[in-house]
Amino acid sequence: MARQTALVEDRHARARAEGRPRAAEARPLDLDRLIHERMRLGIVSALAVNESLSFNDLKKLLKTTDGNLSVHARKLEEAHYISCEKFFQGRLPKTEYRLTSAGRRALERYLTHMEALIQATRER
Amino acid sequence: MPSSQPLRARAREPIPINVHAADNLRFIRETMERAGSFTAVPGWGGVGMGIMALAAGVAAARQSSVEARLGIWVGAAFPAVLVGVWAMARKARANRIPLLSGAGRKFALSLAPPIIAGALLTMALDPAGYAGLIPGVWLLLYGAGIVTGGAFSVRIVPVMGLCFMLLGAVALFAPPAWSDAFLAAGFGGLQIVFGIIIARRHGG
Repeated sequence: MARQTALVEDRHARARAEGRPRAAEARPLDLDRLIHERMRLGIVSALAVNESLSFNDLKKLLKTTDGNLSVHARKLEEAHYISCEKFFQGRLPKTEYRLTSAGRRALERYLTHMEALIQATRER
Repeated sequence: MPSSQPLRARAREPIPINVHAADNLRFIRETMERAGSFTAVPGWGGVGMGIMALAAGVAAARQSSVEARLGIWVGAAFPAVLVGVWAMARKARANRIPLLSGAGRKFALSLAPPIIAGALLTMALDPAGYAGLIPGVWLLLYGAGIVTGGAFSVRIVPVMGLCFMLLGAVALFAPPAWSDAFLAAGFGGLQIVFGIIIARRHGG
């Protein structure tokens, strides 16, 4: 898992170094590896049907740990797929995530891609 | 004699790409449905329904007969349901999900049977002279519907249902004169309090 994530990161780093488009701007038929990973796909899908979700809501929903969620959420944030807002509610620190328009477009592209794959296999 | 078995276990059969794609789509849909539970119950809609219930409570308290009081509550239920459905549709639209898909459908389907049971019990209990039990039955059944409808939702939804059930259980054994107060406390007070919490924490 960690290796796979590292490979994906390498790919993004290489793309940046070579001046190639990032996942967000990739051609429609390129698989967006950033949200292809299950946890990140879960985060984006959950935020697509909610205006915003807190860190704890997402953690419960995706049945994951604090560390895992924050690592994957940060990657999505770095790609500008989600935005993160940290604030205090009373004395308690709260973290809230929202899907950005780039994130919503990425999810729509990913859905189109998956549907196209299924369609292409059926037509064979 | 050396074994003819390979040193490493044979790699598993590769998963066909279309199966993998279908699995991903299923995962997205299921995540959205579970996450949609966060939004299916409209908080502000609940507040609106609660305000209407409080107004019904004030109007019902001015009536002398039990039947007239119940009539006001039944009359208020129709616009309140419309407000609830409108608020649910508005919330679904804001989140770009179909009203009757996933969590919204589950909630509506879970809530409908207790509501129908409540309507039938009302029609049976009133002519039989048990009109005093009707407020308790309404609160109990409405609460049961919310508990089952919100069983896989955020915790606050089934908690709200349990509060309704608790209030209904107490109302069943309380003097009939208190029935309007119980109905106003449940359909008014509980809906407003939980509605505000849901609206603030779970996106409207």
